[in-house]
Parts: sequence; structure tokens; C-alpha cells
Amino acid sequence: MAKITFKTSDGKTTTVEGTNGSVMELAVQNKIKGIDGDCGGVCSCATCHVHVNPDQWNVTGAPDELENDMLEFDENVSEYSRLSCQLKVSDALDGLVLTVAK
Amino acid sequence: MSATTKSQVCVVIGASHAGVNFAFNLRREGWEGQIILYDIDKEFPYHRPPLSKAYLTSDAGTEQSLLFPRENYETDQVTLKLGIAVENINRNDKAISLSDGAVQSYDKLIIATGARPFIPPIKGIDTAKNLFPMRTAEDAVNIRKAFNASGKKRVVVIGGGYIGLETAASLKKLGASVVVLEREERILARVTAPVMSEFFTKLHQNNDVDVITSKNVVSIEQNGHSNLVICDDDTKFEADLIVVGVGIRVNTELAAEAGLDIDNGIKVDETARTNDENIYAIGDCTYHYNPHYKCNIRLESVQNAVDQGKAAAKAICGEDVVYDTIPWFWSDQFDVKLQMVGLSNGFNDIVIRDEEADNSFSAWYFKDDELLAVDAVNFAKAYVLGTRFIKSGQKLDKSKLADLAIPFKPNSFLAE
Repeated sequence: MAKITFKTSDGKTTTVEGTNGSVMELAVQNKIKGIDGDCGGVCSCATCHVHVNPDQWNVTGAPDELENDMLEFDENVSEYSRLSCQLKVSDALDGLVLTVAK
Repeated sequence: MSATTKSQVCVVIGASHAGVNFAFNLRREGWEGQIILYDIDKEFPYHRPPLSKAYLTSDAGTEQSLLFPRENYETDQVTLKLGIAVENINRNDKAISLSDGAVQSYDKLIIATGARPFIPPIKGIDTAKNLFPMRTAEDAVNIRKAFNASGKKRVVVIGGGYIGLETAASLKKLGASVVVLEREERILARVTAPVMSEFFTKLHQNNDVDVITSKNVVSIEQNGHSNLVICDDDTKFEADLIVVGVGIRVNTELAAEAGLDIDNGIKVDETARTNDENIYAIGDCTYHYNPHYKCNIRLESVQNAVDQGKAAAKAICGEDVVYDTIPWFWSDQFDVKLQMVGLSNGFNDIVIRDEEADNSFSAWYFKDDELLAVDAVNFAKAYVLGTRFIKSGQKLDKSKLADLAIPFKPNSFLAE
């Protein structure tokens, strides 16, 4: 089980728990503002973009090539950008803090 | 926001991508009344794109790809009525009649009826064994079952569009011998340029799928436990399983019978509203104006279903909204990810940028200087940057775009 915290553009901080699936799915389930996952999690729509807390970048690791290509020219990209549909919920992510991209 | 009250009822016909996303967005926008979704499909609402892809090749089922988790329907008080058909819309009474005999009144009605597979009038098609379209979870289950039960696993796919080609690729991965029969001179003829048709023809051939074009299927005969698919030049193909993917028909009948304006789909304005102020239509079934391309269009896509649903939800809750998006699509076949953005209709020039990696390139469709659309094959950067250029209308230098020596960066291709 992992507790994951989302910071959203309306200034809210929400911590939720999950055991499986992707972080995008967990966010949709918990109605986290700004995470839509329109394509169903196949790395096609970039509507689940998050910024990883820099101190925890080693927890998530860097994106693979396709995900990186989706992010590189995104207007809101940062060094710590990930698409949350590509982050799998597991014990390893416990305590992760994500800021939802605009 | 206009006041919505708890006593109001919003009824949605169709619980797939458009209807379901609309419903949850309506709640998010502040609708306080009931939200009731009807669908003839008994399956809990699921993502359709994986049906022809991962769903065929894994045992996960649709439970792994629900549009929204089951509990969200409870927490957001979105009522699902599955396995029920809507028989008609009575606009005077603001009510719909249902196949179980009940009548449901509405304050706002959303038509998200989508489309159904077109089954061409081929002689013997009604009695063919193991012949299925690919649109619903049930179709995918039927295809899987028939495939698993078949010994020789000879598959004929009628129609070389995205649905047919994705299904062909998935069944090939499972060990089928697959023939794709396309009536036109090239596959994907209706939706893309010859360069893309050539690429996907080669991709399938390299994976041992037989792609045969200019083949018009005229009859299907039963041949013991299998079928014989017969073309107009009298060539014949044995098939244990036949998948039909020759396009769709839009489900406009309910709307038409209710006297709503129909023109290549249900006609809606920029807020997704029909000519009845209390009835909206969203998704594949609509014919709507696209402000960017300045023309009326009908789209068969997840993006349009979701985004038009979001626009309708905002409009009903009183927000000023104009549905104005650049359409995008995707397709997965074998190890190739195709991402498309924009509408290429009316292009008169095409620039190809061939990346160094195998099977990686992008096609940029122009009308004179205006970038209309981009197809990106295993190169998401072109898809993302293309989206940005289409939206901004920035003028591009086509020769730079085609020049691999110029690095792929946002400022590399701008015209001087």
C-alpha cells in the first residue's frame, strides 16, 4: 500500500491510499483536479501530467522514451515531469508527493 | 453559474466515453440534481480503444479498463441503467420511453448514442460462422472465444481501416494466419495519405499479415465448420473467423424521430446543444462546427467524445463555453504507435520527416503554408510539437522540417 499526496492548482493538498493500478487511476478515483487520463492510460493524451517532488525523483525514476517524447515540448514541462499513467502504484511510492501540472 | 437544483433530472442516452465523461463533469461543474445514464450495453462502462488491442491479447477483461471506478458512480451519485434501450424521445412531455416499459422525465437530455458497425450487404453474411464486428466488449469476447475454439485460426478481416488493422495485428500476435481484404486501392484510404497507407501495408506484410487491396468481397459461403470468403474476381479465402471493419453508421434515429435537426449526424451548436434548448448531443453521433478548421465535422474519436461532453457539462451549468479543439487520434499496431493530430482534409502538400531510428517518422500535412495535421509514427515529439504549431498557426519552413540535420526543437522549423 502507498500513500500518495497530490497538490493541485486550487491550493489543495490531498493524500490518498492505493494498492494497485496506476497513479493516474488512483487520482481519477479520488477526483484529483487536473488529472483526467482521457486516453485510458496509454501515454497518448498527456492529461495526467505531474511534477514529482525533486527530493523523490529517485523514487519514481525518469520517464521512458515515449513518455519523455510526450513531455519534452509540453508547455508546463519541468525537470521532474512524469505522466502519472506510467507510474505504477506500489509500496515503493509510499509517501510520494506530486504537484499536478497546469 | 445558473442555479441548478436538486429536483432537476439530467438524463443521458448512451454510457460510453461521451456519456460517462459528461456525467462526471456535470457533477464536477455543480449540477445538484439527478444524473441518470441509460445504455443498451450491459457491460459496466469501459474504454473502447483497448478492445482491438490489449483486450484481445490479454485475459484481463474490461474490468481492468473501466472508464471510471465503480465506487465513483456512488460517490458522485451517477445512476447507471444498463441493458435498457431507449425507445423514443417525447419532447413535448420532456420524457423518454424505455424498453422495460418505464417512462423517465428529464429537464436536460443528452444524446450520446454514438455509432454502430456497418455490416455490408454481402451475400451470405447473415449466415456466416464466427463473423463479428469490433465495437463492443461483447464483440471482443466473441472474437476471443471463436479464435480460441478454432483449430486452424485462419482469420479474414474485411476492411483495412484502423479497427480492422488493429484487430489483425492483435490476432496475428496470438498466432493467427490473417488476411486483410480492402476494397479500395490502398488501406486507410478514407483517413490518411498514401505514404501512411504504404507504411502500414509494409508493417503488416513484415509481420506476415496478408494485406490485399482492390478486393471486393461479394459472398460468404459455409464450408463445413469454416467459411469461404469470395471476392468479385472469384478469389476465395478460407476463414474460421471473420472480422468486419468497414465503417460505421451514426445512431441518429432517436433524434431524427424526435424531430431534431440531422445533417451527417445530430446537428449541434458550439455548446453541443441541438435545436431543442433542453437537448444536447455529444460524441460520435454529432455534426458540429470546428472553429479552428472553420467547417462542420463529424468525428469518430475518444477525444471528441470526452471533450464535447465536457463542453456540454459546462454549458448546462451556465458557463460560457465554445467547443473548440484540435482533434487527435491514436492507433497501436504491432510495435508501432501512431499518433495523429488535426484534420488533413484539403491538404495540398505533405512533408515527411524520416527519423534515424527504424519505423520512426512523421508526416506533416499542409494546405499551402498552413499546417493542417501531423501523423507521427513512433515519434511522439512530432505529435506534441505539431499540436502546438497547428494551434498557434506559426508559419513553418518546410525544407527545414524535412532536414534531419536540423535538430527537432520548437524553434528549429519556424519560417524566417
